[in-house]
Amino acid sequence: MKTPLACAIAACGLAALPAMAEPQSGGVINTVIQPEPPGLVLGMIQNAPTRTVAGNIYEGLLRYDTDLNPMPQLATSWEESDDGLTYTFHLREDVTWHDGEPFTAEDVVFSADVFHRELNPSARAVLQHVESIEATDDHTVVFTLSQPFGPFMLSFEAGTFTMVPKHVYEGTDFRNNEANNHPIGTGPFKFENWDRGTVIELVKNEDYYEEGLPYLDGVNWHIIPDGASRAVAYENGTVDVLPYGTVENFDVPRLSEMENTCITQEGHEYFSPFAMLWMNNREGPTADKRFRQAVMYAMNREFARDVLWNGLGEVPLSAFGSNARFQNEDLEPYDHDPEKARELLDEMGYDGEEVTLLPLPYGETWTRWAEAVQQNLSEVGINVRTESTDVGGWNQRLGEWDYDLAFTYLYQYGDPALGISRTYLSDNIEKGSPWNNVEGYENERVDELFNEAATAFPEEKREELYHEVQEILHEDVPVGWLLELGFPTIYRCNVKNLVTSGVGVNDGFKDAWIEE
Amino acid sequence: MSFFARFAQNRGALIGLIILIAIIAMAILAPFLFPESPWRMVQRPFLAPFEVDGFALGTDTMGRNVAAGLMHGAWVSLLIGLVSTSVALIIGVPLGAIAGYYGGLVDDALMRFTEFFQTIPNFALAIVLVAIMQPSVTSIVLAIAIVSWPPVARLVRAEFMSLRNREYVEAARLVGQGNATIILKQILPNTLSPIIVLASLMVATAILLESALSFLGLGDPNVMSWGYMIGAARTVIRQAWWLSFFPGMAILLTVLALNLVGEGLDDALNPKLARERQ
Repeated sequence: MKTPLACAIAACGLAALPAMAEPQSGGVINTVIQPEPPGLVLGMIQNAPTRTVAGNIYEGLLRYDTDLNPMPQLATSWEESDDGLTYTFHLREDVTWHDGEPFTAEDVVFSADVFHRELNPSARAVLQHVESIEATDDHTVVFTLSQPFGPFMLSFEAGTFTMVPKHVYEGTDFRNNEANNHPIGTGPFKFENWDRGTVIELVKNEDYYEEGLPYLDGVNWHIIPDGASRAVAYENGTVDVLPYGTVENFDVPRLSEMENTCITQEGHEYFSPFAMLWMNNREGPTADKRFRQAVMYAMNREFARDVLWNGLGEVPLSAFGSNARFQNEDLEPYDHDPEKARELLDEMGYDGEEVTLLPLPYGETWTRWAEAVQQNLSEVGINVRTESTDVGGWNQRLGEWDYDLAFTYLYQYGDPALGISRTYLSDNIEKGSPWNNVEGYENERVDELFNEAATAFPEEKREELYHEVQEILHEDVPVGWLLELGFPTIYRCNVKNLVTSGVGVNDGFKDAWIEE
Repeated sequence: MSFFARFAQNRGALIGLIILIAIIAMAILAPFLFPESPWRMVQRPFLAPFEVDGFALGTDTMGRNVAAGLMHGAWVSLLIGLVSTSVALIIGVPLGAIAGYYGGLVDDALMRFTEFFQTIPNFALAIVLVAIMQPSVTSIVLAIAIVSWPPVARLVRAEFMSLRNREYVEAARLVGQGNATIILKQILPNTLSPIIVLASLMVATAILLESALSFLGLGDPNVMSWGYMIGAARTVIRQAWWLSFFPGMAILLTVLALNLVGEGLDDALNPKLARERQ
């Protein structure tokens, strides 16, 4: 009679390990999207809400884990030539589009060479280094580069390098194609219905190529324009998942204290939103390096993180965030040190000239943040006047360089050549856009280093160049580095496996399941 | 009966006056009691009232002292109320006086001009003006003045029309006084009492308008005002009631006090009317 007893103990042991629970199929998840996306054809439209919804309909060749290592998606394996010029992707052979047509290498060539070259600026930035794209057979694609491009392997995420169906789009006017109202991808969910202003419904793709996936029967994206109402929708159980940016930060502690509520910051590693303070390098006190350094010492960035962002996020060391590759960790941090700030201001002979500060008009958190920074600066003797604007006014004044200090935040896209260098390269100084080198920083050596590093090979060489550029930027402080933002996703704890990749906020429902 | 005795006969007015003096005292004493900037983050955020010594009214979302904000805010609110009312009077009184005194075409022209402003809802116009001029104390004062002068012009015009044919005006004209002298020295002094009463109420309205603008985020981002405090507290009203309660009470009391004082002034300046009312 020994055996049954042993079994019973083993069974008990298993029962006590809930983490080992088997995924269960079934169930529909209700979530929200804010604001309502302008459209759902990824690759044609790159707004954040489009990425978040359509990331479940469309796929790229690769996914990325939270350390930004490539994971197989539509490509199962890939090879890189020793000279860094040829990349070969082997595709899955059992993939079909939502309309039943098979997915082949021709679709990849069409998407990259035709569709994205015409429509997608972020893919174009990568494609300019690509000389040719060829389908050598039905399931093999070869990319040949004109010069080595370090971040090439980071460019295949669904939102940046979306695979679109050739048989639907070839030879048509892409933007006015009928099919745009009913997007067709290869992803785990199919588009079902979009009731404008109310809800976007996605249903399970029964023919999805990964065995058993997805577990969910569907995902409904509710559209609720008011922030407080979105919080209430979670509290009263209408929705189970609140993606990033859908509730005010001040509501986060209250919601996260609710029963059966979990919160995660993961799934943003690829984007790594980085809050910065533009400082006008052209004129006024901000043109002096010592003034900009003083600003860095004067700001209490830990306070902003702890109080305004509920402790989420990281205080950056310098121009490269902690998620960025090639971060130089040997730099001396700009700690909160008002005394040092005052010394620097004395040294430069700052005469109390007034500087203007433009807050980011994206809601209460940003307004409060500007107030805190203004207070920090006035405590070291900097005379700041805040000028509030609406989004249009903010875009315009930054585009016209009509400011001294201004808040913003930018995505880093996993590699310095994709997301960081654009802020500091002098050939990126151009009026009219609030997203380029708005501060007007010009440094020949920095230009040289960034340009060389983008195409340097191998990685060690890039690292060396990027470390040097960080030292210069750290000393010059072209912009203020405020905070690597932590955007929380709030969800019911019985929704499992919600975020499984470095772009998890956009492709998360593939692996998610609901525990009964 | 002296002016003050007549004023004091109205109990409400007396209470209003006491509250008003207290608020003015708050505004004057603010820099001495709280020499630090009210924007300064001094303690943990979200301290409830009386939770920590020295923070009788608690702290706000960023650890700023609510009591300091309230007292410095009193200064801003009163300043904006008084200055914008003065500006409104400077626009409204001359326009009304000229329209009422001369009558005819001049009157028609000026009154159509006044109606132009009266037909646009006050608050909507104020929002537009502040948004165009960029929020600052100056633009707010101007916007409030621009939306609140028409009633002054109307009132002054009516007074002038009823007074311009009085015997003492005729007499002045007979002794050869010019129009300007008659307007300024003969008629205007006799219209002052209704203007003073109206002005006291306008200060109250101006404070309310400023608060409403700040609440909507159109306040001057560089000064701490009561409306700003309520607007900033709105998102956390479920966690921290005191952040909107205290400034809300401050606005309520100030506006109430000004109304009571206005009524008392009315009684004191028009003893006949007051007696009839009793």
